[in-house]
Amino acid sequence: MPNKKTRKKENVKMAKLVLKDGTEYVGKSFGKDTSMSGEVVFATGMVGYTEAITDPSFAGQILVFTFPLIGNYGVPKKEDWESKKIQVSGLIVSTYNDTPSHHSSVMSLGNWLKEQNIPALEIKDTRELTQKLRMKGVMLGKITCDNKKIEFRNPDLENLVAQVSTKNIEIYSNDIENKKQKIIVLIDCGAKQNIVRRLVARGLRVVVVPWDTDVTKLDFPFSGVVISNGPGNPMKVGKTISNVKKIMAKKIPILGICLGNQILALASGGKTYKLKFGHRSQNQPCVISGTKKGYLTTQNHGFAVGKIPNGFKEWFYNANDKTNEGIIHKSLPFMSVQFHPESSPGPLDTDWIFDYFLKKIK
Amino acid sequence: MIKTKYKKILVLGSGALKIGEAGEFDYSGSQAIKALREEKIKVILVNPNIATFQTSKDLADEVYFLPVNEYFVEKVIKKERPDGVCLSFGGQTALNCGLALDKKGVFKKYNVEILGSPVSSIELTEDRQMFAEHLKSIDIPVPPSGTAVNLKQAQQIAKVIGYPLMVRAAFALGGQKSGVAQNDEDLKEIVEGALAISPQVLIEKYLHHFKEIEYEVVRDKFGNIITVCNMENFDPLGIHTGDSIVIAPSQTLNNEEYHALRQASIKIVESLKIVGECNVQYALNPKSKNGEVDYFVIEVNARLSRSSALASKATGYPLAYVAAKLALGASLLEIENKITRVTKSFFEPALDYVVIKMPRWDLEKFQGASEKIGSAMKSVGEVMAIGRNFEEALQKAVRMQSGSIESITDNGFHDRVEIKKFLHTPTPKRLFAIASNLMKGMSVEEIHKITGIDLWFLYRLENIVSLEKKLNKNKNLNKEVLLNLKQSGFSDKKIGQICGESEFAIRNLRKGLGIKPYVFNIDTLAGEVPAQTNYLYLTYHGSHHDVLPLGKNATIVLGSGPYHIGSSVEFDWSCVYAAMALKKHKKESIIINCNPETVSTDYDMSDRLYFENISFETIADIFEFENAYGLIISVGGQRPNNLSQKLSREGFHILGTDASNINRAEDRNLFSALLDKLNIDQPAWTSFTNIKEAKKFTDSYGFPVLVRPSYVLSGSAMKVCYSPSELNTFVNKAAVLSPLHPVTISKYIENAKELEFDAVAQKGELMIYGISEHVENAGVHSGDATIVYPTQRVYASTESQLREISKKITKELSVTGPINIQFLVKDNKPYVIEVNLRASRTFPLLSKAMDRNFPEIVVDSFFGKAKKNVFKYPKSVVVKSSQFSFSRLLGADPILHVEMSSTGEVACFGRDYDEALLKSILSTNSYNFDRRGVLLSLGGTLNKVKFLEAAKMLVNLGYKIYATDTTAKFLEEKKVNCIPIRKAYEKSPNVLNIIEEKKVSFVVNLSKSPSEIISDGEKDKMAHYIGDGFKIRRSSVDNQIPLFTDLHLARAFIKALLHYKVSDLEIKSYKEYLQD
Repeated sequence: MPNKKTRKKENVKMAKLVLKDGTEYVGKSFGKDTSMSGEVVFATGMVGYTEAITDPSFAGQILVFTFPLIGNYGVPKKEDWESKKIQVSGLIVSTYNDTPSHHSSVMSLGNWLKEQNIPALEIKDTRELTQKLRMKGVMLGKITCDNKKIEFRNPDLENLVAQVSTKNIEIYSNDIENKKQKIIVLIDCGAKQNIVRRLVARGLRVVVVPWDTDVTKLDFPFSGVVISNGPGNPMKVGKTISNVKKIMAKKIPILGICLGNQILALASGGKTYKLKFGHRSQNQPCVISGTKKGYLTTQNHGFAVGKIPNGFKEWFYNANDKTNEGIIHKSLPFMSVQFHPESSPGPLDTDWIFDYFLKKIK
Repeated sequence: MIKTKYKKILVLGSGALKIGEAGEFDYSGSQAIKALREEKIKVILVNPNIATFQTSKDLADEVYFLPVNEYFVEKVIKKERPDGVCLSFGGQTALNCGLALDKKGVFKKYNVEILGSPVSSIELTEDRQMFAEHLKSIDIPVPPSGTAVNLKQAQQIAKVIGYPLMVRAAFALGGQKSGVAQNDEDLKEIVEGALAISPQVLIEKYLHHFKEIEYEVVRDKFGNIITVCNMENFDPLGIHTGDSIVIAPSQTLNNEEYHALRQASIKIVESLKIVGECNVQYALNPKSKNGEVDYFVIEVNARLSRSSALASKATGYPLAYVAAKLALGASLLEIENKITRVTKSFFEPALDYVVIKMPRWDLEKFQGASEKIGSAMKSVGEVMAIGRNFEEALQKAVRMQSGSIESITDNGFHDRVEIKKFLHTPTPKRLFAIASNLMKGMSVEEIHKITGIDLWFLYRLENIVSLEKKLNKNKNLNKEVLLNLKQSGFSDKKIGQICGESEFAIRNLRKGLGIKPYVFNIDTLAGEVPAQTNYLYLTYHGSHHDVLPLGKNATIVLGSGPYHIGSSVEFDWSCVYAAMALKKHKKESIIINCNPETVSTDYDMSDRLYFENISFETIADIFEFENAYGLIISVGGQRPNNLSQKLSREGFHILGTDASNINRAEDRNLFSALLDKLNIDQPAWTSFTNIKEAKKFTDSYGFPVLVRPSYVLSGSAMKVCYSPSELNTFVNKAAVLSPLHPVTISKYIENAKELEFDAVAQKGELMIYGISEHVENAGVHSGDATIVYPTQRVYASTESQLREISKKITKELSVTGPINIQFLVKDNKPYVIEVNLRASRTFPLLSKAMDRNFPEIVVDSFFGKAKKNVFKYPKSVVVKSSQFSFSRLLGADPILHVEMSSTGEVACFGRDYDEALLKSILSTNSYNFDRRGVLLSLGGTLNKVKFLEAAKMLVNLGYKIYATDTTAKFLEEKKVNCIPIRKAYEKSPNVLNIIEEKKVSFVVNLSKSPSEIISDGEKDKMAHYIGDGFKIRRSSVDNQIPLFTDLHLARAFIKALLHYKVSDLEIKSYKEYLQD
């Protein structure tokens, strides 16, 4: 609980968000007073700012929250984050609340951003900014502090996955002594921690491996592979794509999530493309193809699967724009979804995807 | 089009507006009817509420102005033979009626299918114990609880669970008769109260200072489920959600909590196989329990509710419309999103603003009513404010709520004792008490400890208070300071008050600095898709407008603001029709209103809707932005009408009667001079600024007098005084008496008739008019009176005098638009008591009775296009009855007086006065005529004599008469059989036992007139008379027994009973009455 002293207003520092098209927004800085560039994207979820900004899929991006009040419930302890650090390059909100109130809060959002060297701005008209991004598509931008000159940065040109993926193999289990636990290999392209949590909650042992690991060469037996979510352009992770081909050849069950959906599609001969402004929200309706049954999902992606690969069929489609939301192999245990069944942030409607996948595992 | 087998569907409305069931069901019913008719389904509506939009001729195919009860609805089914029925759009009234009909097998008998959620599920949610068991079976936590049917059982349960306990009555509206029991004594009191209205009470663990959260859930028959909105109460658990300040979406929940509760909602709704809408209320522990979200389900409503109306307006998602389509078997995936028109209805709205709902109470209007709020709802209306931060929305809401308060720091607290009291005890003043305590330096932590309100909210209030404090210290209004104040919701007027400037000076300064609000729209998807919506609000957290001005074609219609005593759904009806009529004159309509329980704030009622306050600042900002053609201020009741002078002085174009003439009608002195000039009689009056002048008046005109202060401290705004001492007490205690605040005193004419003249004029000439008659004598507020059209007991010569007087006034004031004149008639001599140059409460009644749309004619008159109506004598009679909500207001005296106290009204047609009156009265109360008993308690000789004939009729009808002492003596003398019973203050068994044991079908309690008490030299017994009558009246409403306190109405009712048995009453639709 912040006391009177810490809540006392410090000197307000102004900084700027500059877009590639020249538009500038001036706002109060409430994060680290530093300059940073990236791709400017918006997200419309009304809760879950801590989960969102620690989601590695946002690496390289300056995130705009359309919900105008951010910071209300502070920041929880590290174990509850979606990765080990804040992943966004910068944060833009309408109103930042420096007086959080929540039992789980260990510090304010502003202090956390400062601690992690992430700039953040309070510009009032985030709606105008959102409309611009919607009309013109996502755009490169930079937050500049003290008029420091920095270059624009196009994260699509980088292999962001390599930057955010784990460097070492990590093992997670709720019963580490139990040697009988089935093992799932999670290819970490920028995985959200909740994928691990949801699998571990089902009594599985999760081995997290770096993005470029040739899973077929691992020296321990495992039951299935999950290809995680992650940032950026799927064409940049050729290594993962070719490794997935090897897994498929061995008919090992595969579940792809988000970027994993795109990787599975590319590995099987499908195509991907960049969306105009992507899906970044917690209210995306997805329907199981050929049925009237839909689910609300969390999404965070700028690319989508276009051509469905041979042997696969469309599993889910988006009820709003009819884009692909998942593919499933007609006979083999390969499947992937464009949305986030692990949620966090967002609705828990599609948690059953994990159960569905696990049924395919011997 | 949706594939559906239904051809004709019956929709049940909610009847009169009452506490717990207000205009929200006009919104939901209207949307449902529209949704059904889009599918080419014939719609039959039963709803006696004549002031609603849904009962208009062009909405449902057939409307029955009949009571929504088992008997009448069955008759309508028998006649109309619908193949489906919707129970979920008319609140608890419709639902209870439907469940009862289902139980009796009526739907089965006539092959009527119940649309929407399965009845078994609805029944399950209505039975608290069965429902608790059900939730436990699907692993959803419910508070430890038990049910009891008597006090002994209740005490046993209390022993097991332990205090504090929450006690509620089963099957009751809006938490009626429920409360928190801290000990055995409390328990006894609450349980006995609850068992009086319900066969069962639920007792559960009271979850002290838990958060209260609500989810609005929608499911289709294919199992697709969404939660449209969640909402968080500002107050912790313990205050009824209808009496809570509510914010949407929740502000203090993190992702885990938000989605844990969302998932639980989905699980519950799936388990119940709901088809349509359902809301789930939760108690959430502000702390976690072993790292898990700790919550309990408090309540589930498997129908559209007040909260769903709010959620619908808060998000832009048309819940009732969608629910109706789902009831026909549609899927959420196929119903178009009416707002975006590019997406479907299967999504959850993303908000990029916050919404605050604030209740509107009118407790001071009820003598004796307790101010305390708790688990039983007491508010009569609500407002909704939209802003980009909490402060902006909250301060808007505060201004919308009353129309006279500018900020949370405006409070009339007298001293520290009051400030402390109102912090500790939850009342409508708590928000203001918090601000006061913050102002005095109390810490948010301490306030949190006392109130349980989350610190996050308190920090926001602290921010507002500290901004005001800062401004008090440094009044230099530079751009940065002013913008910050506006972004924190300060009005120009409030800033002016702090800085010692006028509202206009601040406005000019602000505009000079380029600080203006921006117009944003509500698009359900936070800007994610390009949606062209007409649903707008203003904010200072912006730098662009979402829309372009409409320009010179735009005409603004001002709504009525929150429902409250004296301003209800009838004004919304007029607004809607005025807005729709603009199209005919090639104008675009803009509605400004802030009441989420209305049809006028629906997305398809106007070309543009601003969900904003009815205040000068807001209207001026919108007018200037839109560069509009003009303003219609005369259809939304008194609130917009009050702004006429200010708006016209600042040069805004007001359509219709000139503001200076409005002033001549409103200003007591000018108006009186006008009547004198035209040689029109009025009751003698004067205004005084000291009691000596008042004495001079009473010396020459005598008592009784009607006293109306221009500034009231608390309680009644007017009072009839019968003696000098009464006058002194009232003026000294209730009013402020100063040269600035004169008090008006007028001769009170006893035993006079009251008539209403409603008309539309064009350039001083009457285009259409209707005269209606009060059943009660003058002295009962016109809003409470029973009104009949056409007049029944008025001489033709009187009516002709009324017409001539009205013509003169209309001409003198050069009226264009609506005019309402109230007359007193004594000995065939009319006196004018009031003129309103605005649509009156009776507009929908007369429009529907005469089959002429008054608001449309009003709009025609603005453009010089109104035509003179040829008067046709109606073939049927309409009677309007008032609905009272006294049973909801503990301690309030259910007696009618010069101040209005009804919360709603109904009106029914009949072939004659008796039939219409009977139907109408049966629509506001539930009668059990199987009880062949009537209780009579007639005060004073006059009442006794005048009632004698009616008493004889009762005997002829076979009623057993129970009578209190002098009444019994009188009746025995007159050879009328009766059973004498002891008075309320005497030992038991007495009159109260007769009521509690429900031996009578209704009660007549007539008070001895104060004049009679005085002339009988019994002044010292006044309190005694009053006390005894109060007990009878209160006991009647508490035991749900219909009560008559007016001689004329009681006599008319009994006479009607003599002429018509219930089975004789015609089942005829509105159209049939018009055609005959």
